[in-house]
Amino acid sequence: MDSDAVFYTDRSGIVTSNPLLDQLPSYQSLLYRRKSSNGGTKRRPSSRSRLGSSGSWKLSTVTRQEEKQRGQTLQRPIRELAKTINEKRTYKKQQDEARELSSWGQWRQSTRRYLRRLKEEAQGWFSSLKLWRGDIRLIEGMFGTGILSYFSFLRFLVMLNLIIFLIMFSFVILPIIIAPKSSGNITYSQSNGNVCSVYPSSARRGLVVFHEHLTDLLSGGGFLEDTYLFYGYYKVDKIHFAQITYSLPLAYLLATVAYMFLSLIWIVKRSATGFKQNLIQDEDRFQSFCNKIFAGWDFCITDKNAARLKRSSLLYELKTDLEEERIKQKIADRTRKERCRIYLIRLILNFFVIGVLAGCFYSIYLATIFSQEAQMKDEKGNSHIDLIIEYLPSIVITLANFINPLLFSIIINYEDYSPAFEIRFTLMRCVFMRLTSIGVLLFSLWSQITKCKEETCICGYNHVLYSCWETRVGQEMYKLTIFDFIIIAAVTLFVEFPRKMMVQYCDCGVVRWWGQQEFAIPQNVLEIVYGQTICWIGTFYCPILPAICTIKYFFIFYIKKVSLIKNCRPATRPFRASSSHFFFLGVLLIGLALACLPVTVSVAQISSSQACGPFVNYSTSWEVLPATVAQLPNGAQNLLYALSSEVFAVSFFVVTCLAMFYVIALAGAHKRVINQLREQLAMEGRDKRFLIQKLCQAQGNRAVQSKSQPQTRSRSSPSYHTSFSSNFSESVFLAHPPPHSSTHV
Amino acid sequence: MGTGASQLDKDSLLKYEELTFLTKQEILLAHKKFIQLFEGKKRPPELQTSRVPKHKIITVLELQYNPFRDRICHVFSTSEMNNGSLTFEDFLDLLSAFSDSATLEIKSHYAFRIFDFDDDGTLGCGDLEKLINLLTGETEDTSLKDDKVKQLINNILEESDIDKDGTVNLSEFQHVVSRSPDFVSSFKIVL
Repeated sequence: MDSDAVFYTDRSGIVTSNPLLDQLPSYQSLLYRRKSSNGGTKRRPSSRSRLGSSGSWKLSTVTRQEEKQRGQTLQRPIRELAKTINEKRTYKKQQDEARELSSWGQWRQSTRRYLRRLKEEAQGWFSSLKLWRGDIRLIEGMFGTGILSYFSFLRFLVMLNLIIFLIMFSFVILPIIIAPKSSGNITYSQSNGNVCSVYPSSARRGLVVFHEHLTDLLSGGGFLEDTYLFYGYYKVDKIHFAQITYSLPLAYLLATVAYMFLSLIWIVKRSATGFKQNLIQDEDRFQSFCNKIFAGWDFCITDKNAARLKRSSLLYELKTDLEEERIKQKIADRTRKERCRIYLIRLILNFFVIGVLAGCFYSIYLATIFSQEAQMKDEKGNSHIDLIIEYLPSIVITLANFINPLLFSIIINYEDYSPAFEIRFTLMRCVFMRLTSIGVLLFSLWSQITKCKEETCICGYNHVLYSCWETRVGQEMYKLTIFDFIIIAAVTLFVEFPRKMMVQYCDCGVVRWWGQQEFAIPQNVLEIVYGQTICWIGTFYCPILPAICTIKYFFIFYIKKVSLIKNCRPATRPFRASSSHFFFLGVLLIGLALACLPVTVSVAQISSSQACGPFVNYSTSWEVLPATVAQLPNGAQNLLYALSSEVFAVSFFVVTCLAMFYVIALAGAHKRVINQLREQLAMEGRDKRFLIQKLCQAQGNRAVQSKSQPQTRSRSSPSYHTSFSSNFSESVFLAHPPPHSSTHV
Repeated sequence: MGTGASQLDKDSLLKYEELTFLTKQEILLAHKKFIQLFEGKKRPPELQTSRVPKHKIITVLELQYNPFRDRICHVFSTSEMNNGSLTFEDFLDLLSAFSDSATLEIKSHYAFRIFDFDDDGTLGCGDLEKLINLLTGETEDTSLKDDKVKQLINNILEESDIDKDGTVNLSEFQHVVSRSPDFVSSFKIVL
């Protein structure tokens, strides 16, 4: 007898079950609904045949098991049970009968039920208020969850910008507006006659031609400069209401800190759900095969084309992943000479990439300086040329952002990485390019602002050219935002629609090679993260910018939706919803970090302009905080000084490090325990099979002894050494005890 | 529209709301869709007993292009003849398991049953192979080659088979699905 042969079939191929196996608690938990037993002709053991042949043994064990289950499920709401509605109904009736509740208990239960229903209705009402529900569901049905994640990301940004605007509005703009109405007294900052506080008005005089209004609207100058839109208008020092004095500079600074903080918390909270699941995986692979197969099909797809495309993209993804293993093998097999060659090529290409990036940054720098100097000349040339000069930095940035991704995707082909790494690396380069270009723009602006004819500037900044430099920076951010929006709309109108027309009506070779537009999610996401970074930086200088960005993203949603439905086909390379969730929020966090930097530098380092804005009376914008703290009572002052001292910072840092080490050690210990438990489970499985085999042998022997019937058993013995061997194609068969054995009733 | 049993009265609406994960609007929408499947019949349908045959259920828009539509009908059907026909309550069960607010446990339980093509209580080699073929395509040139399929099945079992018996049982499936970030968002049908 083969010691490993546990399960075997009898000669006729009809499979029946061992009653003992059916009584195993683990099998009982797999009980299916279907109680009928008519699966005798099937070769594989079906649940029905198992149930049918076990007879009365089953009955007693089933009731016992059900009672235990009932006890376990007593606390769970009924709908979380995996049963049909009928069964749930009868179960509920049984429960209600079994539990004899007093009237107090019944009242409590019905109140609980009523509250739960109320909560669900409120939740339902809230979710129906969610913006664009119908549109998003349509997109989900047509294109699947990958592209859906882009649109829900867009919706998230709309909400975020709206909240940021509400913060700035309610703390900065609203007090100024309601001050006259509620008899508040506004004290404006005094200009001390200093040369630094001269602020020539830039409003146009005399008759203004219409197109000059348009130019002003597009560039943020002229009539727009001295409005709520820009920092320079808020030359308010304090507002005296009936009971309190409202310090506007303090509110302005704290509102800035608040919106940065709020964005950080909201993004981290949003990414936490996806992150948790990834962190507890003990495998390094981010995309596991199980995830792709078991969660591979989007059940919400309702479109035939989308279903076909989903299939082909799944196929492509699986093929690529299976290829990865082959490529990993190939990489491991590289000879030394090949490796040196590859590293050399990569080094050269990386230098090339750095050179290209440096060239782009330098051109942005030059363009900014040229644009600033040309604007200072104040010549009334052709207004169109003026507009182009004003927008020159934006144009250069957009051109660079257009050309570079193409360049990077060509270069990566020669660097011979694995496909997944290629995608990620190209993406990283593009992210770096996009976000650093804003930094370069700001840096070149600041170099202009702090450069004076003399060695050191009198006022800390170039007061001749930039009497109100924050407004200038705000104007640049405003121009970037407007131009970004114009470009997105123009590309959709003038590139994607004609492309679709050409593909549909013209069938020449070039057109067919170009193909229909693919909705490239990474590039689109980078676009909107770029816009959001500008918004974060610009809100300090241009408090109404979040509102403009909200409206901008609102329109972008509809533009992208129409473009997607009419022009695009889904990408052949699939973009998983989960990894995209992680990617979007990761890039957004990088953008936020990058946005914090310029704002911090300008608040803390560069002297605030003395001709405009709320911080006229302070040397830097940050100074308003120490000045306010100095006016607080002594106790609070001491507390705040203690909190900001070095001692506190160092001890806080040490405690945080300790906590982190503890958590890392805990995670390591858990990992070890998990591995041990896994091995134990595998061992238990083997034990179980061994015991059952012995039991069957014992049963067989006893039957032979008692009935002295020749037992003919043919065995196809699947070996259990490996989980899969080639003769294992027919799954497991169970031994049938002899028909008249004493164990069977 | 008929009267009596084919209309949803408030009481049964409340009861269904309690027994499933669906909201009132979703139940009413499901009811409307279900009644539409009875178009052309002379008698109005009874809620608890009238069955819609499988070939009509799979014409519903949400199921039409789903490769698992046959399995879904089989899993949720309570008919003795095992022909995949659904009553209204079966239909509600279906929508409840696929709804937004269903728990992960319910979803993974029913997903396991849908993927278990031979109804033997475990996902064996044959089940996984059928699953892969359904997902990738049914024609010759769009499906994976045999050795690739075997490699894929090996990988899946490596990741999910904890007790190393060559099949994936319900608890192993639920364990691997709980770590799968895409599952909840993809296992969803909304009317």
